[in-house]
Amino acid sequence: MLLLPSAVLLFCFAYLPLGGVLIAFKNYSPALGILHSPWAGMQHFIQFFHSYQFTVTIKNTLVISIYGILVGFPLAILLALMCNQIRNGLFKKTFQVVTYLPHFISTMVMCGLILLFLSPGRGLIANLFKLFGLEFPNVMASGQAFKHIYVWSDVWQHLGWDSIIYLAALSGIDPTYYDAATMDGAGTLQKIRHIDIPLILPTAMILLILRAGSILGIGFEKVYLLQNIQNILSSEIISTYVYKIGLQGCQYSLSTAIGLFNTVVNVIVLLLINFISKKTTETSLF
Amino acid sequence: MSVQKYTSQDAAVNILFHIIAVIMILLIVYPLWFVVIASFSNPSDVANGKIWLWPGKWDLSGYRELFKQRQIWVSYGNTILYTLVGTFIGLAVNIPAGYAMSRKDMAGRKWINIFYIIPMFLGGGLIPTYFVVKAFGLLNTFWVMVLPFSVSTYNIIVVRTFFRSSLPDSLWEAAQIDGCGSIRYFFQIALPLSKSVLAVIGLWTAVGLWNSWFNALIYIDSENLQPLQLLLRRILITNQSLLGAATGTMAQELRRLSDMMKYAAIVISTLPIMCLYPFLQKYFNHGVMIGAIKE
Repeated sequence: MLLLPSAVLLFCFAYLPLGGVLIAFKNYSPALGILHSPWAGMQHFIQFFHSYQFTVTIKNTLVISIYGILVGFPLAILLALMCNQIRNGLFKKTFQVVTYLPHFISTMVMCGLILLFLSPGRGLIANLFKLFGLEFPNVMASGQAFKHIYVWSDVWQHLGWDSIIYLAALSGIDPTYYDAATMDGAGTLQKIRHIDIPLILPTAMILLILRAGSILGIGFEKVYLLQNIQNILSSEIISTYVYKIGLQGCQYSLSTAIGLFNTVVNVIVLLLINFISKKTTETSLF
Repeated sequence: MSVQKYTSQDAAVNILFHIIAVIMILLIVYPLWFVVIASFSNPSDVANGKIWLWPGKWDLSGYRELFKQRQIWVSYGNTILYTLVGTFIGLAVNIPAGYAMSRKDMAGRKWINIFYIIPMFLGGGLIPTYFVVKAFGLLNTFWVMVLPFSVSTYNIIVVRTFFRSSLPDSLWEAAQIDGCGSIRYFFQIALPLSKSVLAVIGLWTAVGLWNSWFNALIYIDSENLQPLQLLLRRILITNQSLLGAATGTMAQELRRLSDMMKYAAIVISTLPIMCLYPFLQKYFNHGVMIGAIKE
């Protein structure tokens, strides 16, 4: 009874679309409907694999995604380890309140901020450069800079928030470990190295598995908003491409095929990393 | 001797950590502060880098131009409505589901679990979802913003974990002996005891709705239903001037004015969240921790 509303909604808007992936294997025409459109087999997948966008979108998606994990993942752990060592209650509280704050800013506003600050000639950073007599380049027009802008602005916005979960794990550590370590003459860094890190490793592995599972699924929103004609070659990712050819270009079947390919790869990566993690660290999702 | 060495090293590490923390605080606070002062300052002072720590010549033209636009009022109202109704629906849908999942005596628990978890990893994708929404006649309606995607497996798991850890089985057994049924137990005993989880899920959903725009981009055409974040897109990202076109010096003047509108728009759209932030901070923290408990 209590489950009914959510089950019905899930069925309608999560499971029915799952059936809709049939479109990927057909030549969908709105006039005929999904069931009566002619079959196309794997044609749309093959078309995507042979297209020029295949390598470009996959490469961009992977580069931005992996770069984000490589930077954001260890930094969040480091931040938690550091924050855990700050003993002054008020200062610690302030630090946490401030570092969590940007997380609540909307993606739209965040991208607006990025564009305003990086604006060549009159943005905050350009003016900062001018103080030192330097010229600030138009980074938004550069494909090279796109991944850095994306990843580091993400770090600015979400780092504090991402560290909460590790702080929670750290606060659960039995204090007698530290007392014993102090007796043995261990310093702060040694305690971090030999107590903190091993004990939050399981938490870290779970989060890494989840991140890896969405490796081809990085957010549509921010990439889409920061894209422009000049950086498009480095910023077109799978999800933005699916949107453009699907809803803007009306190539329904091709778009669905690419989306399905994306989902399947995600699930395979998730299961793979989960399997590796289970074998090596005995941590797994299922 | 060795104890001495370690304590001095510890002191150095401690100071280093504090310095890093202070730098991080400044890196986060300053850009936000700059947006606020820039929104109140003279446009050319901002563009020429004369504003650093305090507003220069007081100037409210950004706000004035912004508030003159009819669309900003429409969108602001829409977003408030979406947030209120959507939060209510989110609570009404996810809290009972989480409660039901927390009950160990639920029939077919394993299958129901799987049913809820699959959509976390598998989805039909953009186009099939679009067609389903269209088939339900929800395109370009108020409801598409608040109903179809209100189920959140993650929230359900948080609620489930909360009920499991805070409502002892014996309470349910005692209520049963007194002749209390399942539904009545939920409404009269479980709900009143779960204000904190209601707050977590409610605030969570509200912030998500306030900040969301993707669904509006896909499913809404009508300007009368446009939420604030999509209007912001026009102001901040695609730079569609709401002020009209101009040439020569007028154009530069307009460009600066539109920059002012951007700062003002950021301030007014983020203000409600920042006012709620102290509460959000506390409850969200709590929520992440409940969510982190893995069985």
